[in-house]
Amino acid sequence: MTQDVRTLAVTVEGGKLSVRTYGDPSKPTVLLVHGYPDTQAVWDGVVSELVDDFHVVTYDTRGIGASKGPLFKHGYTLQLLADDLYAVADIVAPDQPVHLVGHDWGSIQAWEAVTRADSAQRFLSYTSISGPCLDHAAMWTRSGIRKPTPKAAVRSLKQALASWYIVVFHLPVGPRVAWRLGLAKQWPRIIRAMEGTRLDPSPTLHRDGSRGVLYYRANMLPKMRHPEERPTTVPVQVLTPTGDRFVTPALAAQAPAPWTERLYVRKVHGGHWIVVKKPALIAERIREFVQSSIATPGGPEPVRSLLRAEAKQGTKDRPEFEDKLVVITGAGSGIGRATALAFAEKGADIVVADIDSVAAARTVELVELLGARGYPYTVDVSSGEAMEAFANDVKATAGVPDVVVNNAGIGMSGPFLATEVKDWEKILGVNVWGVIHGARCFGEMMRERGEGGHIVNLASAAAYTPSRTLSAYSTSKAAVLMLSECLRAEFARYGIGVSAICPGFIATNITRTTKFVGQSAEQQERTRQRITGLYRRRNFGPDKVAERIVDAVRRDKPVVPVALEAKAGKAISRLSPALARRMAKIDPTG
Amino acid sequence: MSAGAPALTLDAVSNKTGPTSEALQRHRDAQALAYRCAETVGAGLEAGVTEREVARRMRAFLRENGVADFFHIPFAWFGERTAFRSLKGPWTPLHFFPTNKRLKEGMSYVLDCSPVVDGYVSDIGYAGVLGKPGDNRIFDALMRDLAQYRTLILDRIKAGDTLSEVYAAVDVLIAQQGYESRHKVYPGSVIGHQVGRMTQRRNMGRYAFGFGLRTLETLGREIVTEGIKGRSPLWAGGRASRHAPTPGLWAVEPHIGFRNVGVKFEELLVVTEDDAFWLDDDLPHVRRWQEQGLAAVPVLEGARS
Repeated sequence: MTQDVRTLAVTVEGGKLSVRTYGDPSKPTVLLVHGYPDTQAVWDGVVSELVDDFHVVTYDTRGIGASKGPLFKHGYTLQLLADDLYAVADIVAPDQPVHLVGHDWGSIQAWEAVTRADSAQRFLSYTSISGPCLDHAAMWTRSGIRKPTPKAAVRSLKQALASWYIVVFHLPVGPRVAWRLGLAKQWPRIIRAMEGTRLDPSPTLHRDGSRGVLYYRANMLPKMRHPEERPTTVPVQVLTPTGDRFVTPALAAQAPAPWTERLYVRKVHGGHWIVVKKPALIAERIREFVQSSIATPGGPEPVRSLLRAEAKQGTKDRPEFEDKLVVITGAGSGIGRATALAFAEKGADIVVADIDSVAAARTVELVELLGARGYPYTVDVSSGEAMEAFANDVKATAGVPDVVVNNAGIGMSGPFLATEVKDWEKILGVNVWGVIHGARCFGEMMRERGEGGHIVNLASAAAYTPSRTLSAYSTSKAAVLMLSECLRAEFARYGIGVSAICPGFIATNITRTTKFVGQSAEQQERTRQRITGLYRRRNFGPDKVAERIVDAVRRDKPVVPVALEAKAGKAISRLSPALARRMAKIDPTG
Repeated sequence: MSAGAPALTLDAVSNKTGPTSEALQRHRDAQALAYRCAETVGAGLEAGVTEREVARRMRAFLRENGVADFFHIPFAWFGERTAFRSLKGPWTPLHFFPTNKRLKEGMSYVLDCSPVVDGYVSDIGYAGVLGKPGDNRIFDALMRDLAQYRTLILDRIKAGDTLSEVYAAVDVLIAQQGYESRHKVYPGSVIGHQVGRMTQRRNMGRYAFGFGLRTLETLGREIVTEGIKGRSPLWAGGRASRHAPTPGLWAVEPHIGFRNVGVKFEELLVVTEDDAFWLDDDLPHVRRWQEQGLAAVPVLEGARS
């Protein structure tokens, strides 16, 4: 990559910019603008990811790094900074519009550029990371003050608290001197402690940090006092890093909405310096956006997560799970099928997996009746190989799922000593290994994608309610419950929620297929009929469980007992384990 | 029949010789009239009409055609009410009665009427949609799949299964198809009930809870007399239906639903000591299935066993 780099200097009013270009100039140009207190080196990781497909351009903004600029703050207005941006674009891509990407202050400058009149002739698309248009931000803050709902007050307060440093930068002398007197030296350590990101400090950091304070002083107060209406027709993708300490997602997502025609807001996991922390992820987001038909006329359909990210006018009418992909195992019947229909009704596309291909195909038919898309798969969840192949196939045909419901499960009842090894292998294979495989294969994909997701595991009230007749089943479900709790703690950092659902007696097919060990075929059939009848009279349908599953995803709930008996069981297991032990001795099947 | 129950005369069916053809023909005529009523009223429906108005039209049609009494008053359900769902809370028996809900384009409807002609009872159900095929895809799918129940029920009765076994088989088929049982919402969760000839004149044309007083009297008496023999004139999934169907005529009404759409048919099944058959195959839904090649559809695997 380094051999491809070309350096040039662009003279602008009051300064000279140091510009680097990479890759083949005949390819579409992507122009990257760095933030504060960084230099263009902050993009190195992203550049190497993009250089094979694009003509990539970076530059040090005026007064920073190798670029020269004036000594006083009036030389750093956004007007001038946007002029610089146009000047660079005109030099590196004289005849063709470019794709613009900005981070932090680079994003603020780029907003200024794309909200100028006729900007659509210069820019095909704009990807903004962690830096709002100051005019939009001022308007957004004002609307929050004009209509002070509690929600608006909270979000404004959050952003105000996150903006403490802006106030500090307006104090005389102190902040600039601090950069010169050792803050630059400590900077990488501070960022590592705060963000967990390793930054390579540039040799000019002490000067850049100090000089960059002028960016704030020249623009913040004037823009806040007299914001202008700045609309744009350029399609905009806003990437909102989770855990960003300086720009809250509410500001990033909501402020531009009234001023953009096509706006896409996408969450990314990794903090404010995500361009350094996860260059591959950022490059992928840029690539998906600029190559799609949104930014490149005649390009391919946007990927699913991009479609979903579109902030449409009147978003209230939009189905809750539109353009989301939900994978459900055991979706050929019972709770799995009901869950498929519940998500389909709310706009999601469904991957329907079941060991019974006829049943899976039938669920897909029903999903399609509800106007959603369904993909049938025949999978044995207990097989690691099959699950891996399945997951890869899903990724290739439908994309990375947003929700995975590990629902497939079988029932088993009877005395422990009558439960043979192969019975154990069977139930642990489906109920435990099935969940493990599902969480492994799809969890890895979700983590890689970096947009979070949700995993739902179907445990059972039996997971915490001991019973002499359910040793195998309860053991398997207890494992699922604990696995879910551990995963939840581990996956939180990837933005992946994990829920365990613990239903009670739900009228589904499971009672018709449960194995009652230690009984003759004839006895088993009788028991099955009786239990099925009991469950039917309990009259708690799978559709109600499905609604609770949707709700668990919506609100990221950890453990959800469903039906009264499941809640009672949980209460008893907490309040009086002794009572639970006593009840465990009852044999309801006998 | 025992001499103690003269009101509901099941002389239509005799043990050895099979049903007397004359009585069967009278029931068949009553059923044909009922279906003609539903088809005629259904064909004349327009957007904006209310359930009450449609029920009135059915009643008027039947009266014009010489019907003096009903087994139950005519029912009409529109939209989500065809699946026995109330948008404003739980469904109660009072919700069965026609309301002021208005029909819209593409909306499903169910008409249910039961004229008694000269004592010969019929009881039918007719599902339709305002618009053309394709306007309501859920309705089309439900209606197509409903054909399987006609095959399944007859097969299982002929095979000598008990009523509760047939009921359970229907439940299995509903589960496989991914629909919901809506007949379980009917009083007593019945999928069917016995009918016959009502000969008494007292209380003719009087109704309580939507059912003819004569119906309630007859049914009440039947529940007692049949109960003594361990049988029930009502066909449901419980213990009382753990017997083969009593020879005679049964009105069978599987009602299935998906989301906010429900469909049903209801027609008379003739049961003899050793056989069973649908009273009439020349009915609107059966003709429709025949046109679609669905008349003798195979039932999904598993529901038969």
